[in-house]
Amino acid sequence: MIRRDLVDEIVAHARRDHPDEACGVIAGPEGSDRPERFIPMLNAARSPTFYEFDSGDLLRLYRDMDARDEVPVVIYHSHTATEAYPSRTDISYASEPFAHYVLVSTRSQNDEASGPGDEAEFRSYRIVDGVVTEEQVEVVETYMFAHTGADDVPDNA
Amino acid sequence: MATVSIPTILRTHTGGEKAVEATGGTVGEVIEDLESRHSGLKNRLITDGALHRFVNIYVDDEDVRFAGGLDAPVKDTSTVTILPAVAGGMR
Repeated sequence: MIRRDLVDEIVAHARRDHPDEACGVIAGPEGSDRPERFIPMLNAARSPTFYEFDSGDLLRLYRDMDARDEVPVVIYHSHTATEAYPSRTDISYASEPFAHYVLVSTRSQNDEASGPGDEAEFRSYRIVDGVVTEEQVEVVETYMFAHTGADDVPDNA
Repeated sequence: MATVSIPTILRTHTGGEKAVEATGGTVGEVIEDLESRHSGLKNRLITDGALHRFVNIYVDDEDVRFAGGLDAPVKDTSTVTILPAVAGGMR
């Protein structure tokens, strides 16, 4: 589950950096599994086929999250010419077993028939020990009224 | 004793601890000392005698890749931070 404004931020970042891959994190309170704080990162590789957080940026990011009792709930990056599915490289690097790995494809930007209003491919995965599991993305306006499971629904609702 | 900060993915080797103590004058020695108490950690950090490319190690604020690699000096008061690289690509 992710707020619409955060989805929009990720897609806007991916489009802005196209044709290079864009990357970043949405941090959230430890144990909450709730993405809250949008942190776009520089792609130190500045490449259309590879992304990498700068090692100094990475250290500052984790120090900052630690100080706020946050974890990377979402780790996102874009693919600029292929579908929004983890590549072999993505899988070999993936090392946050509790993170949602979000992929956005900006390949339709190469296509003159598509306009800026077109829906971007936006997909989410768990990547644990090299195993990729796609998960459904539920976009909500706010987390305030959102249920985390059937148990939250009152019996007489 | 230096303090070593352990990333989530390696905490299975430290019984869930986020930070552990270790002795050693270099990053390589610190890793050997960690391995003696937290078996399996070394293999996650070093391949063929060199730091694994998927892992970043910092002594205080400095990435050891720019400070001598496994020979990078560690002081008693140092904080050694291990972080997995965040990277990927379309291929």
